[in-house]
Amino acid sequence: MAGQSQYWRVLTEPLIRQNPVTLQILGICSALAVTTTLATALTMSVSLTVVLTLAAGLISTIRRHIPETIRLIVQIVIVASLVIVIDQILQAYFAEISRALSVYVGLITTNCLVLGRTEAYARHHTPLPAMVDAFGNGLGYSLVLIIIGGLRELFGKGELFGQEVLPLAEAGGWFTPLSLMLLAPSAFFLLGLLVWAVRVWRPDQAEAREHVPPGEMEAAE
Amino acid sequence: MVERDPNPWRRFLALPNDSRAKTIVVAFLVSAICAALVSGATVVLRPIQSANRAAEEQARIEALVAGIPGMTALLSEAGGSLSTVVIDLGSGQAADGITPASLETALADPANWTELEPAVDPIGLGRRPDYAQVFLLRDAADQVSLMLLPLSGQGYGGRVDAILALRGDTNTIAGIAITGHSETPGLGGRIEEAAWQASFPGTELRDAGGEMRFRVARGRSSTAHEVDGITGATRTGRGVTQMVRFWLGPDGYGPLLDAIRRGEF
Repeated sequence: MAGQSQYWRVLTEPLIRQNPVTLQILGICSALAVTTTLATALTMSVSLTVVLTLAAGLISTIRRHIPETIRLIVQIVIVASLVIVIDQILQAYFAEISRALSVYVGLITTNCLVLGRTEAYARHHTPLPAMVDAFGNGLGYSLVLIIIGGLRELFGKGELFGQEVLPLAEAGGWFTPLSLMLLAPSAFFLLGLLVWAVRVWRPDQAEAREHVPPGEMEAAE
Repeated sequence: MVERDPNPWRRFLALPNDSRAKTIVVAFLVSAICAALVSGATVVLRPIQSANRAAEEQARIEALVAGIPGMTALLSEAGGSLSTVVIDLGSGQAADGITPASLETALADPANWTELEPAVDPIGLGRRPDYAQVFLLRDAADQVSLMLLPLSGQGYGGRVDAILALRGDTNTIAGIAITGHSETPGLGGRIEEAAWQASFPGTELRDAGGEMRFRVARGRSSTAHEVDGITGATRTGRGVTQMVRFWLGPDGYGPLLDAIRRGEF
């Protein structure tokens, strides 16, 4: 029972409390680039979660035999191979979505999130907890991507998964799409607002200030 | 001292992690296994991917044809679909003994490619196939009224593949479809958007003196020979300009266009 609740904690911790995107600000390059529609965000989330989980499992299995000097290369090679395989599968079975994701599937290799988890967790734990942790982090990343992707598609096009939700003004409805939502800056704004919202809700996530403005310093003295 | 393990694998695993032998063997094993995995996936999935690409190209050609004003009417008037011809780019005539089905095999042979001199090769193709598959549509008088010509060139991020629809006067563009590119999404990648491609129909390649004038403008097009440029994608635009100029020039489809103008085709 104790073991089970520990896995549960490892799995749910990265969802909000230790969310890799909103707390650690890892992997935001792809989070910003592929969230114009919910479908691409979802595909990217699934791909990343699968790659992350498998990589964590593999690296954790051979963790006792990875020479310290070449450990990063070994990890990158494993992650890159998994990414290529996933990319090939997407190209074969989901050609449309694979085109929409273009280079970003390949960029999973360099996603800090993947290397961060394999380096920080999988290398020191047995395969099962490592995979659970990786899966939880994948879900945390997916959660953020899906929220941002959903908001951008909803307000940018009035659609969700390509289905019309808000009737467009052009077609006699009332909703005028916010084209800004489809551009990259809006992803920054939404992510910023999301981080803000999470940190208001959970103040313990706010980082300590690195610099104190001179005015405040004087006031404090 | 413990006795020597007879199993060499276990002996290897027992080596200290940072010994040189173990480092090299682990690196080798990891690369070998990963290489096998990647090659396996590529080989197993290639047939499905090429079928996807072929279907996609077919759909693009259909969309291109459907997007040209009056095309659907022309098609039904011509009483059928496009005819597919493999042409010999050097002579501009239909190629002997090569059908669309055998084209791929023929192009696998390096003898069927022509090396390009750097002077005539501004797009850096290096070599050009001697045969190309084109699609022709004939009108009631059996004259070519529209041709679809596949092009390939170099953009900013890599190769750009396109199909250009040209009217029977061999000078007026009827449309373009980008069938493959690796340009930056949101910048050069916008060449695949219909909004950009919409500025192609009606653009003329040459002026009255027969000089090639086609150009992707910087900003809005100002003459009949220009199409609109894309902000932030100057090099992609230049790549498209050079691609169209090369392929419709004397080293590309020039001989074919001459033959069509002479009414020989």
